[in-house]
Amino acid sequence: MANTRGSSRRVFLKTVVAAGATGTVAGAQVANAAGPAEHLDLPPPKPSALPPNAQVAAAEVGQVPNAPEESRKPGSDFMVDVMKSLNFDYLLTNPASSVRSFHESLINYGGNKMPEMLTCMHEESAIGMAHGYFKITGKPIPVLVHGTVGLQHATMGIFNAWCDRVPIIVIGGNHLDAATRPPGVPTFHAAQDPNAIIRDFTKWDDQPVSLNHFAQSMVRAYRIAMTPPYEPVAISLDAGLQEVPYPKGEKLQIPKYVASAPPQADAAALREAAKLLAEAENPVIIADRAARTPAGMRLVTELAETLQAPVVDQLGRLNIATNHYLNQSSRGRALVSQADVVLGLELSDFWGTVNGYIDNEENHGHGIQERGTKPSAKLISISATELLSKSNFQDFQRFQPVDIGMAGDAEASLPLLIEYVKSALPAGKKDALSQRAERHKKAWAENRARSIAAAGIAWDAQPISTARLCAEIWNQIKGEDWSMVSRDSFHSSWPTRLWPFDKYYQFIGASGGYGVGYGAPAAVGAALANRAFGRFSLNIQSDGDLMYAPGVLWTAAHHKIPMLNVMHNNRGYHQEVMHVQRMSNRHDRVANLGGGSVPVGTGIENPNIDYAKLASSLGMWSAGPITDPKDLAPALKRAVEVVKGGEPALVDVVCQPR
Amino acid sequence: MTRSFLQFASLSFAVLVGSSLQATAADDTGHAQFLKYGCWQCHGTEGQGTSAGPKLAPEPLPYEAFSAFVRSSSRQMPPFREQVLPDQDLQAIHAYLSSRPPAVDVKKFIDP
Repeated sequence: MANTRGSSRRVFLKTVVAAGATGTVAGAQVANAAGPAEHLDLPPPKPSALPPNAQVAAAEVGQVPNAPEESRKPGSDFMVDVMKSLNFDYLLTNPASSVRSFHESLINYGGNKMPEMLTCMHEESAIGMAHGYFKITGKPIPVLVHGTVGLQHATMGIFNAWCDRVPIIVIGGNHLDAATRPPGVPTFHAAQDPNAIIRDFTKWDDQPVSLNHFAQSMVRAYRIAMTPPYEPVAISLDAGLQEVPYPKGEKLQIPKYVASAPPQADAAALREAAKLLAEAENPVIIADRAARTPAGMRLVTELAETLQAPVVDQLGRLNIATNHYLNQSSRGRALVSQADVVLGLELSDFWGTVNGYIDNEENHGHGIQERGTKPSAKLISISATELLSKSNFQDFQRFQPVDIGMAGDAEASLPLLIEYVKSALPAGKKDALSQRAERHKKAWAENRARSIAAAGIAWDAQPISTARLCAEIWNQIKGEDWSMVSRDSFHSSWPTRLWPFDKYYQFIGASGGYGVGYGAPAAVGAALANRAFGRFSLNIQSDGDLMYAPGVLWTAAHHKIPMLNVMHNNRGYHQEVMHVQRMSNRHDRVANLGGGSVPVGTGIENPNIDYAKLASSLGMWSAGPITDPKDLAPALKRAVEVVKGGEPALVDVVCQPR
Repeated sequence: MTRSFLQFASLSFAVLVGSSLQATAADDTGHAQFLKYGCWQCHGTEGQGTSAGPKLAPEPLPYEAFSAFVRSSSRQMPPFREQVLPDQDLQAIHAYLSSRPPAVDVKKFIDP
C-alpha cells in the first residue's frame, strides 16, 4: 500500500512537472496567438495573466521540483522561468560574455519566445528602444547588458528614462567570485558593485546571490518599476549563478506578481484644490506627464471640459487632443499670466512654467528672470515625482513654492478631483462656463488659421522648410492608423500644430533628460510596439541624433520593424549652433564659420553625410538626399508603400534648421 | 507710333531688366549677409520664422524699427552691435527680407 501510494505520488509529480513545463511555453504561445492586448488602459499596466508555469504552479503548494529526467540544469534555466512568469514580449541585448549562460537559456531552453531576443548594436540603443516601446504599450522590456562596459554604454539612456519616468528593467552580467572567475577580460569587466554607476538615476537595484533571491528580486524590480512614479531598475546577474547547475531538490519559488495601486493625492487636499478651481475666473491646467495611459488623456480632457479651462500641454505625454478647442498650448505664457488658479499636473519644471527666463547678458550675465503669474494667482501641484527625488542629478529643477502641493500620481488622483470639482461648481456658473467655452473655441480656430498661414511662408524654399516637410508627410499618412514615434519640437512643432493628434499612441513625448541619441532607438522601439497593432509608425529623425548610434537602423531592418524614417537633415547640431552664435554676439565677435555654414565645431557638413546610403548599407530601403521640395511627395509615397509592405524605409531630406 | 512704342518698350524692358538685376544683386548680397551673421539659424534661411525665432519676412518691420531692435535687443535675441554687423550689411539683410515672396496659400493642401 505504501509502495503503491509512493509510486502514485511519483507519477503524479512527474505529470505535474511535465505538464507545467509545457504549460510555460504553451502559455506563452497562447498569449502570442491571441495577439497583444489593446493599449493598456486603467488599471495600471501589468503583465497579462498567463496560465501559471511549472514553477509558479508548484510554488503555490510549496516546493518546485526539478525536472527529474534531465541532467542538472543551469541556474539560468530557472532565470528564464522567472522571466516567462513576468510575460515579457521581448528582451533587448547587445551580446556579452558575462550573460552567456542566460543568453543560451533564453534562446534554447526558453525557445526565444516570451521574451523574444532582439539584437541591438549598442546598449544605449537597447535602452532607447525599451523606452520607446513602453510609451506605446505601457509594458516594460528587459535590457540585457554586459555589467561594466555595457552598463557604461547604457547609462545615458537610463538617465533619460529616469527623467522621463519610464520603467526599464536593466539586467547586467557580472563575475562576482574573484577566486573562480576567468582571468583577463572577464575580470576587467567584473565589479564589486556594478550598479553603483546608475544608482543616482534608478529607483532600485540588486545583485542576487541565489536563484530564489533572483526570483524575488526580479518580481520586486518589476513591481517597483511599475508603481508610479515609473522608473528604471537594475539587477546584476552573477555569471556563476547563471552557469552553475542547481542541486537536485533545491526549493525554488517564483513569487506571484501583483501590481501595486498607484499613490493617490490626499483627499482633503484634492477637495481644497477643487474649490479653488471651481471658483476661479481664469483657471488654467498645465499638463506634462499627467496621462500615463489613454485613460489619463480622457481624464485630463474631462477635467478641462468640466471647468471649461484651457489646457497647456507640455507634451511629456499626449494629455489632450491637439484638435480639442481646450488645447490652448500655443497661448501658454499668456494664459498663465492671466490665470487666477494654475493647476500643474506632473510638471517636470513648475518654476519654468510660471516664471520667465531670458538667456541674455542682463542681470550681470545671469539673464532676465521674471514672474509669469499675477501675484494673487494660486498654484496647485499634483506630482508623483515628489515621492522620489535623489540629490545628485538636478532633474527636480528649481524650487517653486505652491499654495497646494500634493505628492501623488496625477492620473490616479484625477477621478476624485473631477468629482470634487463637479460638486464645488456653483449652480449659477453655467453661463460663465458657456462663455469661457465660446472664447476658447474662437481662440483655437484663430490659432489654427495662423498656423496654416505661417506654414505657407517659404513654401518653396531650399533647404526645404519644416512646415512643407510636415505637410507633405501628412498628405501621405493621413489615411493610415498612424503613430508619430518622435518628438516634434526640433521642427518647430509643425506636426502638433497641423495634424490632429487625438489618440494617446499617436505621440510619445521626448527623451526626458535631453540626452541626444535617444530619438532613433526610441522610434524603433515604439515602432516595434506598433507593429503588433498594425499601425503605421512615422519617425521624423534628427541627423545629429541618428549618428550617435546609427546601427539601430540595422536592428529595424533585421527584425523587420516597419517604420517610415524621414530625415530632418539640417547638417548641424543646431541647438549648439545657436548657443555659440549667442556667445559670439555677447562677446562682440563674428562667429568663426571655418569655411562652413555654422560655427566651427557645430556643423555636420564637409563632407555631408548621405543618410540614404547609410540606411541602404544597413539593409533599409532609402531615398534621397532630397533638396527640391517638388521631389518630396513622390519619394514619400514610395517609402509609404515599402513600410506598408512590412519593412522600414528612410527618406533623407535636406531641411531648414528648425 | 510704332517706333515710339518700340522705344518705350525697349526702355521699359531695360529698366525692368536693370531693376531686376539690381534686386537680384541686392538679394544675393543680403542673403549672404543673412547667412554669414547667423540670422538664419533662428529665423530660417528665408526669415520665415521657426520655433527658435519669430518670422521676419515677408514684410519685415520698417528699417528703423528693425535696426533699433537688432542693435539693442534685451530679449531672447542677442544684440548685434555695429562692430560685429556693420550698417551696410544690416541694410542688405533688410533688403533681402523685403524681397521675400508672400506666403503660399496652403489651406487646401493641409485642410482639404
